[in-house]
Amino acid sequence: MRILSLAGRRLAASIPTLVLILIGVFLLLQFAPGDTVDAMMAQMGGGDAATAKELRKFYGLDLSIPAQLGNYLWRLVRLDLGFSSIYGKPVASVILERLPPTILLMTASLSFAFFFGLVFGVIAARGVNRWPDTLISTLGLIFYATPSFWFGLMAIVVFSVYLQWLPPGGFEDIGTVRTGIWRALDIASHLVLPTLTLGLIFLAIYLRIMRASMLEVLNLDYVRTARAKGLDETRVVTRHVLRNALLPMVTLIGLQAGTMLGGSVVVESVFSLPGLGRLAYESVVQRDLNTLLGIVFVSALLVITVNFVVDLIYARLDPRITAEG
Amino acid sequence: MDAVKRYFRSPAAVAGLILLLIVIAMAISAGWFYPRDPLALAGRPLVWPFSNPRFLLGTDNSGRDIAAQIFYGARISLLIGGVATAIAILIGILVGAFAGYYGGWVDNVLMRITEAFQTLPNFVLLLVLVAVFGSTLTTVTIAVGVVSWPAPARLTRAEFLSLRNREFVQAGRTLGMRNIQLIFGEILPNALPPVIVYASVVMAVAILLESALAFLRLSDPNVASWGNLIGLGRDVLRVQWYVSAIPGIAILVTVLAVSLVGQGLNDALNPRLKGR
Repeated sequence: MRILSLAGRRLAASIPTLVLILIGVFLLLQFAPGDTVDAMMAQMGGGDAATAKELRKFYGLDLSIPAQLGNYLWRLVRLDLGFSSIYGKPVASVILERLPPTILLMTASLSFAFFFGLVFGVIAARGVNRWPDTLISTLGLIFYATPSFWFGLMAIVVFSVYLQWLPPGGFEDIGTVRTGIWRALDIASHLVLPTLTLGLIFLAIYLRIMRASMLEVLNLDYVRTARAKGLDETRVVTRHVLRNALLPMVTLIGLQAGTMLGGSVVVESVFSLPGLGRLAYESVVQRDLNTLLGIVFVSALLVITVNFVVDLIYARLDPRITAEG
Repeated sequence: MDAVKRYFRSPAAVAGLILLLIVIAMAISAGWFYPRDPLALAGRPLVWPFSNPRFLLGTDNSGRDIAAQIFYGARISLLIGGVATAIAILIGILVGAFAGYYGGWVDNVLMRITEAFQTLPNFVLLLVLVAVFGSTLTTVTIAVGVVSWPAPARLTRAEFLSLRNREFVQAGRTLGMRNIQLIFGEILPNALPPVIVYASVVMAVAILLESALAFLRLSDPNVASWGNLIGLGRDVLRVQWYVSAIPGIAILVTVLAVSLVGQGLNDALNPRLKGR
C-alpha cells in the first residue's frame, strides 16, 4: 500500500507539469501561421471571408487567447480534444486509432533493448577489459552513433529488397484477410525491423549502464561474502548481483520514455506504420494544429504513465525506497 | 598537463580525435575541393560510386555530386551541432545555476519548467517548433538547442547544490560579494568541467536530431545536409541504395567521433571513474 501511495503522490505531482506543457504548447501554436479555419477553407477549395468569420465564431476562434485557452483546458477535463478538420473526426478518436501500433512498437523495442542490454552488459562486465568486453563496448558505441532512420533504410535494403525475408513497411498485409494467430504472426513479421531500428540506440545505452552498474555492484562487500560462502560465479551473478545492478536500468526506462516516443516518429515514418508518431509528422505537414496539440497531450500522458509504472517496479525491486517514503 | 597525457594514452580517445579532425578538415576544405554550388546540377543522375572518376561517390537522383554534398554537409552538421549545443549549454547553465544557488521557490519554478520539457518527448517538441516557426537553418538550429537544455540544467544544478555552501563561497559572501558575482565568478568555474564534458553528449544528440528532421524533409531544404540527402535517396532506395548509405556513414562517423572525444575527456578529467 505504501508503494501505491508513494507512486500516487508522484503521479499527482506531475499534473501541474502536464498543465504547464499544455499551456506552453497552446500559446506556442498561436504563433503558427494559419489556423484550423484556414486549413478547412483550403480543403474546401477556398471560400469567402464571411464564411470564414462564421466558422471562426462556430469554433470559438474569435475569442481572446486566454478565453480560448480556458475553453481548451475545460474541454480537456472532459477528455474532448477538439475536432480534426483534416481527418473529419474528433481528434480523440483519430489518436485512439493510431495508438495501438505505437504502444506495440515501443513495448517490443523496450523489451528487446532491455533484455539484450542486460545480457550483453553482464557478459561485458564479467570479462572486463578482455575481448568480449572490448567487442561489446565498441559495438555499443557504434550503435549509439547510428542514426535510427538510416539503420532502418539499410535494413529494408538488406532484409526486404535483397533477401526478401521481411516486409519493407506497413502494419499488416492488407491484401489477404487473416484472423487470430495468423494475423498476429503477420503483424509480428511487420514489426521485426521497426523494433530493431527503434531499439538499437536504447540497446547501446542499456548495455553501457548495465556494464557500469555490474562493475560497481561486483566490488561490494556482500558479493565478496557470497563468493566466500562458496557460491559459484553464475549463482552470485543471478541471485545476488543482478537485482541490485538492475536499479539504474529501471530508472533509465522512465527517463528514456520520452526519447523513445520521439524516436518512434522517425521509425514509423521509415516503415510507414500507422502510429502516433506518423500522425505527429502528418499533422505538422498538413498543419493540423488541433491534432498536433492532442498528440502533445497524449504523449505527455504516456510518459507520465510509464514513469508511474517505473516507480512501482522500482519500489518492488528495492524495499528501502518505500521504507523511507 | 596530466589530463592531456592521460587523454592521449587512450586509443579510443585518440581515434575519436582523429575522426573529428577529419570531419572538421572536410568542412573547411569543402570550398577548395568543390568550388561550385553542391546543390547545382553536376552530371547524369544516379551514377554509381567509383564508376566515374569525376564523381568519386557518384551522383544522386537529380545528378548532383554526392561527394560535394558530403563535404558541405560536414559544415552544416558541425554548425548546427555546435551552435545548438552552445545554446543548450547556455540555457542549461543559467537555469541550473539560478535553481541550484537560490533554492526555494526559484528552484521549484525552474525545476517544474525543466520537468515539463523532459516530460514532452523532445522530438515531438521539435516538430511543434518547426511547425510554428518554419524550417530555415536558423530556426532549426535554435529549435534543436531549445529542446536540448534540460539535461545540462540538471547537471549544473546538482553541481551548484554541492558547491554553494563550501568555504570559498562563504568566504566570498563575508567579503560582501554580490550573488551574481558569487554565481558566475566563484561557483561557475568550479561547476563547469562536468558540464563541458556533457556538451559532447548534447552535440551528438543535436546532430542526430537535425539529421532526423532533415530526413523527414522538415529541415532547411536549401542547404546541402546529410539528412536531406538520405531523405532524397529514399526514393531510389531499392536499387541505388548508395545515395542514402553514404551520408548515413558520414553522420555515424561524426557522432561516433564526438562521443569518443567526450568520453576521452571525461576519463582524462576524472581518472578515478575510468572504465565506467
